[in-house]
Amino acid sequence: MAAPFDLNDDSVVVVIGTGAGGGVLANELAQKGVSVVALEAGGRYLPDDYINDEWESFGQLAWLDARTTSGDWRVARDFSGLPTWIVKAVGGATVHWAGASLRFQDHEWKAATTYGPVQGASLLDWPIDAAEMDPWYTKAEDKLGVTRTGGREGLPGNNNFKVLEAGAKALGYKDVHTGRMAINSAENDGRAACQQVGFCFQGCKFGAKWSSAYADIPRGEATGNLEVRERAHVLKIEHNDAGQVTGVLYADADGNQQLQKARVVCVAGNSIESPRLLLNSASNMFPDGLANSSGQVGRNYMRHMTGSVYAVFDKPVRMWRGTTMAGIITDESRHDPSRGFVGGYEMETLSIGLPFMAAFLDPGGWGREFTTALDGYENMAGMWLVGEDMPQETNRITLNHEVKDQYGLPAPNVHFDDHPNDIAMRNHAYKQGSAIYDAVGATRVFPTPPYPSTHNLGTNRMSENPRDGVVNKWGQTHDVSNLFVSDGSQFTTGAAENPTLTIVALAIRQADHIAGQMNAGNL
Amino acid sequence: MTEVLSRQKMTRRELLARSVAAGATFVVGSGFVGAQNAAWAMEVKHLQPGTMATLIQMARDIYPHDHVADEFYAAAVKGYDAEDKAEMVESGIAGLNAAAQGAGFGDYLNAGWERDRVDILRGMEKSAFFQTVRGGLVTGLYNQKAVWPLFGYEGESYSKGGYIDRGFDDVNWI
Ligand SMILES: Cc1cc2nc3c(=O)[nH]c(=O)nc-3n(C[C@H](O)[C@H](O)[C@H](O)COP(=O)(O)OP(=O)(O)OC[C@H]3O[C@@H](n4cnc5c(N)ncnc54)[C@H](O)[C@@H]3O)c2cc1C
Ligand code: SF4
Repeated sequence: MAAPFDLNDDSVVVVIGTGAGGGVLANELAQKGVSVVALEAGGRYLPDDYINDEWESFGQLAWLDARTTSGDWRVARDFSGLPTWIVKAVGGATVHWAGASLRFQDHEWKAATTYGPVQGASLLDWPIDAAEMDPWYTKAEDKLGVTRTGGREGLPGNNNFKVLEAGAKALGYKDVHTGRMAINSAENDGRAACQQVGFCFQGCKFGAKWSSAYADIPRGEATGNLEVRERAHVLKIEHNDAGQVTGVLYADADGNQQLQKARVVCVAGNSIESPRLLLNSASNMFPDGLANSSGQVGRNYMRHMTGSVYAVFDKPVRMWRGTTMAGIITDESRHDPSRGFVGGYEMETLSIGLPFMAAFLDPGGWGREFTTALDGYENMAGMWLVGEDMPQETNRITLNHEVKDQYGLPAPNVHFDDHPNDIAMRNHAYKQGSAIYDAVGATRVFPTPPYPSTHNLGTNRMSENPRDGVVNKWGQTHDVSNLFVSDGSQFTTGAAENPTLTIVALAIRQADHIAGQMNAGNL
Repeated sequence: MTEVLSRQKMTRRELLARSVAAGATFVVGSGFVGAQNAAWAMEVKHLQPGTMATLIQMARDIYPHDHVADEFYAAAVKGYDAEDKAEMVESGIAGLNAAAQGAGFGDYLNAGWERDRVDILRGMEKSAFFQTVRGGLVTGLYNQKAVWPLFGYEGESYSKGGYIDRGFDDVNWI
């Protein structure tokens, strides 16, 4: 049967969310002839709709439903109602993302084995490894058109990169380049080359940056096998007496509740909403939430060790011109415990506009110390620090029954405490980042605290043993065979790299597995 | 600049004739606050003009940029001149003036040195009033498109074709 599909059609695969994981999975399944209904809470915005204005764009795209925070992380103090910076729209956070597309390093698939026991951390090896993922990474790089892979050229370096590069070289760093970016350096796959607009975070109006919103989703729809229902917010996953899922209850654009039947359900609502949905789907049979016999749903929330370093120089940089994140130093991403922490971090160019700089440079700051920093905005360069953070059982998404969302469901509370390893790594990264800019004559540097989380990972983690996690090596839940998790919440550990290439590679691999199992009559 | 802040049809002499001085920076009259040189003036409907003048000064003291004129600070706090906010603001500014008197000044605007005014603000940094005003300024001041060029920020670039031919890599001192 071709799309659109009937609510009672129980032969469809329902995918919840259309971001990096869900958008790719939906398209890949559709390409294989599988009937898919993708339910997306947000609306559909395409390059013509994107806005070159930070706050206006934020209002257009950001996920702003009620959320609460707790824990010792600074975000809980500075942005207590906004723990994350992610998108509610077709395409999910791939509309916002900067495009940095890095493979895990081989050892990062085996963090527990490589790092050994770390007190307070719930480290675990992934049930998959680098060799297994290699072909899927290649497919993901080709899909996203990642520069510096598959014979694709790197992007040209912008002002912000030139400053970073000069500082890095002065310090003796070796591996410095304009990044592996899902941004076209030349026309590719029907999408334009990057025009150095500089609003990558606000949605790329040239479509030069890959996003599932205008790459995978329309392709899937063109097969006739994919129906995307936008402004369809899933409230609950239903199951039968045999413990198999049978469909999902959602609120449509008019706020009416609908029940879509399903043969298979794939959850890809980002690492906050996915565990929340499983918890909100508790029933008599599954009193602690769906797929939660291990008690691991919502736990081990990771957000990467992050921070930024901005620096002011005596001459103009104009860092906002050109690609937001096309610049990287990878020398510190190695595992080298002699630095005082396990795992590693990347340093990547980052620019934000004046409006966001005012909000994020030193949240809560005021007076001349703050304003003289902004006075130097034109002469500023910036980098983002992103490294592996330690999974901790107590860092978790729970249901906050005191606060309800617009549908009357308990809001998610995001609890996060920094692990001592995260703090040691951040301090090291601040020091190195500052040294890079000092080496090219910075007159002042700003070790800037983490923003609301953009990399949300790990809350339905993959594990060999059903006791240790929520899903197996295919993203299939240990407890319910026709329920899958297809987004960043599968991550067993976070690695140092930006996560999306890995989310996409896992989604392509999962589509292959699901289609195969359906054909074999196992699903 | 915002419509409401458009220069009133008032000469400097008329303005001064109708006004009472409020500190050194502003003139206030019945229903308006303005610049000493009549470069701008702003009507107030729900707040006392003196309250608005104090609020504008407070805004500058929180986020002082010497190259940014008062009218941008005025625009940033204009929204407080609303029926449902007036009471909160009047009492907040009354508190500020009381603190200034406690520190030996006639009122907040009469504390001539920024250092003295900042000391007064530090004393009330944790108050809901201060945090509301400070938090509101982050977007109220820095998200004014007219302010951006004063910091060199160029804003929207898509309509100009991005920076590919307009200096994305023009840094020349590296
Ligand atoms: C500003 C920014 C910059 C970034 N830069 C990079 C980068 O350079 N490199 C990189 O690797 N990563 C980057 N990221 C992170 C990247 O965007 C995310 O890791 C990735 O998109 C996560 O994929 P996901 O499938 O887990 O979730 P998402 O992409 O967030 O998709 C989840 C989708 O599910 C929908 N949804 C949620 N709940 C429901 C529900 N109940 N019913 C229906 N739909 C629902 C949401 O609306 C959303 O569309 C960036 C993120 C941001 C915000
Ligand atoms: S800099 Fe390039 S990728 Fe970023 S928004 Fe502009 S055209 Fe798109």
